[in-house]
Parts: sequence; structure tokens; C-alpha cells
Amino acid sequence: MADTPIPLEVRNIKKRFGDTEVLKGLSLQAHKGDVITLIGASGSGKSTFLRCMNLLEQPDEGELIVHGEPIRFKETKHGREPADWKQVVGMRAKLSMVFQSFNLWAHMTLLENVIEAPVHVLGKSKQEATDHARELLARVGLAERADYYPAQLSGGQQQRGAIARALAMDPEVMLFDEPTSALDPELVGDVLKVMRDLAEEGRTMIVVTHEMAFARDVSTQVIYLHQGQVEEAGPPDQVLGNPRSERLKQFLAPKH
Amino acid sequence: MIDLHGYGPRLFEGALITIELAVLSLILAILLGLATASAKMSRHWWLHRLGTLYTTIIRGVPDLVLMMLLFFGGQIGINMFTDWLYYQFDVDIFINVNEFVAGVVTIGLIFGAYMGETFRGAFLAVDSGQIEAGRAYGMSHWLVFRRIRFPQMMRHALPGLSNNWMVLLKTTALVSVIGLSDMVRVASEASKATREPFTFMIIVAAIYLLIASVSEWGFARLQKRYDIGYGEAN
Repeated sequence: MADTPIPLEVRNIKKRFGDTEVLKGLSLQAHKGDVITLIGASGSGKSTFLRCMNLLEQPDEGELIVHGEPIRFKETKHGREPADWKQVVGMRAKLSMVFQSFNLWAHMTLLENVIEAPVHVLGKSKQEATDHARELLARVGLAERADYYPAQLSGGQQQRGAIARALAMDPEVMLFDEPTSALDPELVGDVLKVMRDLAEEGRTMIVVTHEMAFARDVSTQVIYLHQGQVEEAGPPDQVLGNPRSERLKQFLAPKH
Repeated sequence: MIDLHGYGPRLFEGALITIELAVLSLILAILLGLATASAKMSRHWWLHRLGTLYTTIIRGVPDLVLMMLLFFGGQIGINMFTDWLYYQFDVDIFINVNEFVAGVVTIGLIFGAYMGETFRGAFLAVDSGQIEAGRAYGMSHWLVFRRIRFPQMMRHALPGLSNNWMVLLKTTALVSVIGLSDMVRVASEASKATREPFTFMIIVAAIYLLIASVSEWGFARLQKRYDIGYGEAN
């Protein structure tokens, strides 16, 4: 097919928390194989923007189109909500998220974590899901840890396990919400390496991060957010190598 | 050996009634407790109010008073309804409030309120990131509840739940006032007839203690099961 739909497109997303407008009309297109990194100071809205993409936060305005299918919304007295939660559930199954605090389910072993959604959401057989899960755990270097509970693993192991859980959904797009921010410095490398490998094999990824080296080396597009708006966007060598905005220059300047 | 003056079989039946009553009340109380906890955490204000009204009334009125209110009051209410049916539609029926059902409903209602608070606290103790991960992976509301929220909540709820159960078990003794032949009532009849209250009451005490000990063992096993993945690294 020449005309495959774009995996994820968001248009003009706006979001308010009370009186504060945290997202002031943000748009983005993730084509197949894109690695888009969102950077910016804390409070710039980058995590909220990411969470609007799978509707963990409800945007007050804007459109969301997943694999060519626009999400339908309706107005309620609590604000705008999805019109059809079944559609949202189906959409979320196509976008898997990796969280800053891992959020592996604490009462399940690593293997159970990885097969949970494939079995109960996608309807795969337990056997098939388990075989796939073992492959994925081996890929992220955790084959030996399949029967451990999250509390028995280091932060880096948990995050790699969470990436395996995300991969098990065979997602259209992977969303990463500051995946290395909660890790001890010596554990960051392993997680970033897994993410680099994913980028190389052509996964579509949207990554909120503070890891500038990762953004520079891996991404196809870098978006710098400031106070809920795009301050600068483009290929990494342009945005990070030759920033035009004063704010971005300051943001990138080494801190002492 | 202790001479039971032939009351042995009736005492045994009474013990079975106590157990049946306690278990059925517990099931009702757990269902009501889950519903109350959900109502109190709901964003609809009227559900929240309803839950609060229920727990306030139940927790503020003595169990014995509630039981008599429901049993006798319930009978009066039903009689008024059947009278009305008779005068309005010439339907002639008589419904008798069954002591056992009245007992289960009353105890279930009372402990539903306490369970509601236990469950609410336990639900709030579940880390929101765990629930968010479920939603982010395309789980429906019900699937998140069944696979994540409920099993994680149970870990926090079990100590309170087991405590409520122990109190509930002993509250079943109150049903003897509405005429149900649980083991306390059988024992008290036997004591009067034989003038040996100590013999029968010590047996009743021992049976309660036995049920309580078995439940404690059961709850310890459940706690172990729901503690999986937490606590000390094994």
C-alpha cells in the first residue's frame, strides 16, 4: 500500500489545569520510524503533552488521529471527554507507554507483567504470549529474571522490563515519559542502549527526555517546548547544534 | 465426660447456623462494602452522599437496636404493603419475615458499612501509577479493577477485613433475640432447663474460639498470597 496512515498525529492540543493553560496548541506528526524527542525545562508541558497523546490526560481542545482514525470527543459538564471509551481502549493498545517510575505491576512477576496486556487486552493465547515475552526479556537482557517480582529488581532492570512489556503489545508508537530520570546514573546507560536499538530497528518513538546525547544521536526530530508552546523544532543537528532561540541556547548551555 | 443432657445434636445444629449466618453475612457485607467504597470515591456527589449517609446511620446506631428495627420494623413495613395490596387490588398474601434472612440482611448491612471504610482506605492506598499503567495498556475500567486494583487493594484491606470478620462472627450471637436458634440460643435454653449454664457456655465459647482460630489461619494464608511481590526480598 502506498498510502499507509500516519501512526500518530496530534493537532492543536490545548490543556488547562484550573486557570493555567499548560499546553497552548501543540501539534505533532509521528511517521513510521520517526524518533521524536520532546525537551524543555520542567513545567514546560512536555510530559503533559505526551500524556495527552494516549488520553491519560484529557486535552481541552485539539485532535488526535491514531493510525488514520480520529478519536471522537463529546462535551460533558466535567469538560471534554472521549465519546467512545471502547475506541480509546483500542487506541491505547496501539500506543504503549514507558513511565518515569516504571509502574510495573507489583503483584506480578516480570513475565506476568509482560504477558498481561497481550493476553487480556489483545486476546493472545497464554502460550503464544509467554513465548514472545521470553524473547523480549532476552532482548532487554532479563531472560534470567523472568520469575522475579519488580521489587526484587534494580531500577534499570525494572525499566528494561517495562520496555519489554511495551514491546509485547507490538505497538504502532512507543511513548517514553522521562524513562531514565528516576534511575541512578550508572543504570541509565543500559536503558538508553535498549532504546537506541529500538530506534535503529525502525520503531516509531516519542520520547520525553533530559538526555541530550540521546536526543542528538537518535532522534529524527527534536521539539523544544517552553511554557506549553513549541519554541523550536527540527532535526537534531539544527535544533541542538545550531539553536536560534536565546532560551534554547541557555537551556542547552552546560550548567555549573 | 461432659454430660450434655441430650442437647448435643441441637447445639451442633446451632453451631452450623452460626457459621452459615456468619459466612452469608460476610459475603453480603463484602459486596455492600465494595459498593459503598466505590460510591464514596465516585465523582457523582449524590452517590458520595448516599454512601456517607449509609455509613453514618449504621455506625451510629447500636447493632442490637438495628437488628430489632429491621426485624420488627421490616415485618410492619411488609404487612403495610400486603394490606395495601389487599385493599387496592384484592390480592391476599402474607409474607413472614424469616429470622435467618433478617439476620443475614441486618448483619450484612451493619458490616457493609465497616467494610466500606476498610475498602475505601485500601483502594486509596494503591499507587496511582499502577492503575495508570493498566489504562495506558488499553485495559478497560473493569479489567483494571479485576487484574490490578482489586488484588493490590486486598493486600491493604486484609488486616481490617479479618478484624471485621472476627467482630461479625461474635455479632451473630445477637440473632438469638429475634428467635433464631443459633448456638447461643440453644445453649441458653439448655442452661435454663438443666441449671448448668457453665457447661453449655464454656462449650459455646470453645466453638467460637475454634472458628476464630481457623479463620485467623485462613486470613494469614490469604495475606501471604496477596503480599506476593512486596515486602522482604525472598
